[in-house]
Amino acid sequence: MSDPGPGPQDGHVHGLPAAEYFGATVIHTDRDRYRQLMGDLKDDGYEMCVGVTGVDYLMHAGRDLPQGIDPQRFEVVVELLSLSRHRRVRVRCQVPESDPHLPTLFDLWAGSEAHERETFDMFGIVFDDHPDMTRILMPEDWEGHPLRKDYPTGHVPVQFKESPGGR
Amino acid sequence: MRRTTVDQLAAAEVEAHDEQARTSEGFQEMVPRAGTRAAELRREAGSVLRIPEGVTTDFGDFDVDVAEDETMILNLGPSHPSTHGVLRVMVELQGESVLRCKPVIGYLHTGMEKTGEELMYHQGSTNVTRMDYLSPFFNELTYSLGVERLLGVEVPPRATWIRMLMCELNRISSHMLWLATNGSDIGAINMLVYGWREREVLLAFFEKVTGLRMNHNYIRPGGVAADLPDGWRDDVLAICDVIPRRMDDYDRLLTGQPILQERLEGVGALDADTAIALGVTGPLLRSTGVAWDLRRDQPYLAYEQVDFDVIVGNYGDCWDRFAIRFNEIRESVRICRQIVDMMPAGDYRVQDKKVTPPPRSRIDESMEALIHHFKLYTEGFKVEPGEAYVPVESPRGELGCFIVSDGSSRPYRLHMRTPSFANLQAMPPMMRGALVADAIAIVSTIDPLLGDVDR
Repeated sequence: MSDPGPGPQDGHVHGLPAAEYFGATVIHTDRDRYRQLMGDLKDDGYEMCVGVTGVDYLMHAGRDLPQGIDPQRFEVVVELLSLSRHRRVRVRCQVPESDPHLPTLFDLWAGSEAHERETFDMFGIVFDDHPDMTRILMPEDWEGHPLRKDYPTGHVPVQFKESPGGR
Repeated sequence: MRRTTVDQLAAAEVEAHDEQARTSEGFQEMVPRAGTRAAELRREAGSVLRIPEGVTTDFGDFDVDVAEDETMILNLGPSHPSTHGVLRVMVELQGESVLRCKPVIGYLHTGMEKTGEELMYHQGSTNVTRMDYLSPFFNELTYSLGVERLLGVEVPPRATWIRMLMCELNRISSHMLWLATNGSDIGAINMLVYGWREREVLLAFFEKVTGLRMNHNYIRPGGVAADLPDGWRDDVLAICDVIPRRMDDYDRLLTGQPILQERLEGVGALDADTAIALGVTGPLLRSTGVAWDLRRDQPYLAYEQVDFDVIVGNYGDCWDRFAIRFNEIRESVRICRQIVDMMPAGDYRVQDKKVTPPPRSRIDESMEALIHHFKLYTEGFKVEPGEAYVPVESPRGELGCFIVSDGSSRPYRLHMRTPSFANLQAMPPMMRGALVADAIAIVSTIDPLLGDVDR
């Protein structure tokens, strides 16, 4: 096996709280330090962006976050991979509900393009300076962002009166 | 940082391409050439995918100053046999050459990630198995590994080896179907029949083990649904016997055939830097010369204990991708033979009362077992809060299930990082300058599965 590379030192990576979690390094950041961190990680040799996705913490606001990171409604999760060092890192970035914007990673990893479009489509998080910030899976004229927790799912009415209805 | 709202973005789009916006197709249309500046055209590879400076420098004889009346925009798909489902590819043609292209997806989107948030953990594998329906075991595997990691349970060795066996057989069946459809796409129609025939052998075995030919729901959190049936060794050895012999036949039928070589060699070349930058994985990445296989490089299950080769190409063209899949079938057969020898005895699922229902026979004689069973299937089991992502090497590349748990019995968020979705991004750079006929070969050797792309 190759050199595992530097893990988090004193619980920090590039000055941001980080932890070793099930074999991957998880780094927490807020929006202001996000671009800087991603640039640093690219320089560290994480040459592939495996995926970008979102989580809407509307119903689970009290999740565990390290000190210095203010919980926000949305989290954008970026999964990076270093092929040469066989290491993975996951970045969790807090995105506020009132202003769901985040700078794009497109110029760092071109492969984040479709994933960011999907995150926009599903959560309504706009990636600034993305070359093509349009819906990718849902129809263009769709209203709302389906994976938000306040977006209801359709359900079939049930005969039982005591049924709690659509979950 | 530029701050724009969605509405402003939309308004700007409408303003810039007023004509375009009035069509029923909306903003997913490829923007007219006149609406794109020459400098931007030079940077872009396909209208959706712009490769940053430095990633791709060689633009060959790609003429960016083509007059608009010399080109034609053509839709391939969404309903066309060579699109392997419902993939729509918009191509801009000059004569027979593809200048730009844009894959338009979403026709098969059914919101399975949202559905996954509503199903309990033990129901989840029924959902995820339907995403990549040609390699269902891999979907179930990455989901189950993720849930088990959050639960902190260790599955018994036999369950691990059964999972490996089923996944490798599934890899053979998936690649067999690819051989078949690839043959039909580029004119080797007889291969279509043979590929389906060979796949049938494997599906019959899957049916014997799991009860279903597809969408098995066999690999579940905590182990597998049932032990292997009596006589499974003979069945697997028979498969391991027949497949390599047939592969030798196909070697004669396809590999040495000059027409096939000409259709594939040098077509749709991709270089390693572009492939890595685009997040491409699987045979597509290996064809460019990057020896990256999660089974070897970040081993899961018991792949460290079996012996196999990672097949790597040189040129990243369609021919390399053909050869890689062809030979991966042989490697999978090799792995299966070792699994037959090394299959440990023991339990096929973890004996953790929290996760595993009592056996059927106990329910008839024990009230507690009945209550236990009832509670488990109505309330599910609770999973510790946290998140997990355990990627596996599916026939198409890195497949991973990202699960966030809030401590309840349903996943708070379930995201599938699917290889086909990421690999499709490699289409525009591969297509540029190719002929329309080559475009079909390129789509075919990317091997996108639209259930996997759209979820």
